[in-house]
Amino acid sequence: MGLGLLPLGLALGVLITHAGLPWWCASLSTAVIYAGSFEFLLVGLVVVAAPLVTVALTAFLVNVRHVFYALSFPLDRVHGRLARAYSTFALIDEAYALATGPQARSWSGARIVWLQMYMQLYWVGGATVGALLGSVIPDSVTGLDFALTALFTVLALDAVRERRGDLPTPVLALLSALAARLILPGQLLPAAFTLFTAALLTRHLTTRRRPAHA
Amino acid sequence: MPDTRYLLMAIAVSAAITWALRALPFTFLAPLRASATVKYLGARMPAGVMVILFVYCLRDLPLPGPHAAAPLAALAVTVGLHLWRRNALLSILGGTIVSVALASTLFAH
Repeated sequence: MGLGLLPLGLALGVLITHAGLPWWCASLSTAVIYAGSFEFLLVGLVVVAAPLVTVALTAFLVNVRHVFYALSFPLDRVHGRLARAYSTFALIDEAYALATGPQARSWSGARIVWLQMYMQLYWVGGATVGALLGSVIPDSVTGLDFALTALFTVLALDAVRERRGDLPTPVLALLSALAARLILPGQLLPAAFTLFTAALLTRHLTTRRRPAHA
Repeated sequence: MPDTRYLLMAIAVSAAITWALRALPFTFLAPLRASATVKYLGARMPAGVMVILFVYCLRDLPLPGPHAAAPLAALAVTVGLHLWRRNALLSILGGTIVSVALASTLFAH
């Protein structure tokens, strides 16, 4: 699964060079920020020299969803200060999806951290190669950014299939996302995550009380 | 092109905020992990989060219109490949190749 990050990293690297940014931006950004969707957005921000406050605010809004990951990511299995620090640093969507998936229930903390390191290796490597190759790929070649959509399509399909028999969860998520798209299109992610969490909490409270009334 | 100092600052600011958002909640949300409500959320959130990120990726799809044709075709290929073979890498590569091929040729802006 981590291999999916390779074409995505390539796409980001090509995008960075095509935006007129130096190639090392791709290596540095993927090494120290390591937040896929935000790094795609950051390219658009820095080419217009957006104020650092705007960059900070966008980083916050796009990545605030990670706050929710602390509720279920198995960090308790990861031991050692350094390993724990890296594991939280490398807590990207794909790592969260893998580590909370059905196949990961028996995984040790070490295995999770190694997996995160491999994922980042693919990401940094892909982006660096993409940025270096970017100068020889003509500007007319577009559509590479679809790699990110493809990645989340696959992750969503797998996650929904894993919860087969629980249709309300993906439906509530879809409705939350569509509502956020209509009401707060500029802050789709935080709005959708808040709506979805509220919907799940409401559902939890109402379904828990039902037997008491029966 | 933006100067090097600005690029370094932008990357540093983004890195600090991203890591803080990922690491700090483990400290102040830790006491909540034992609660039944949090377990309920934890079991259902991964699937929902991926669905939301999927919608997010398609948020700017110019529907209806000719520029939506390439991403929609690529999306159909990704979903089709994934339902057929269940191989993540194959689905992502297949969809991306279709997207690049169509967006760079037939549906070029």
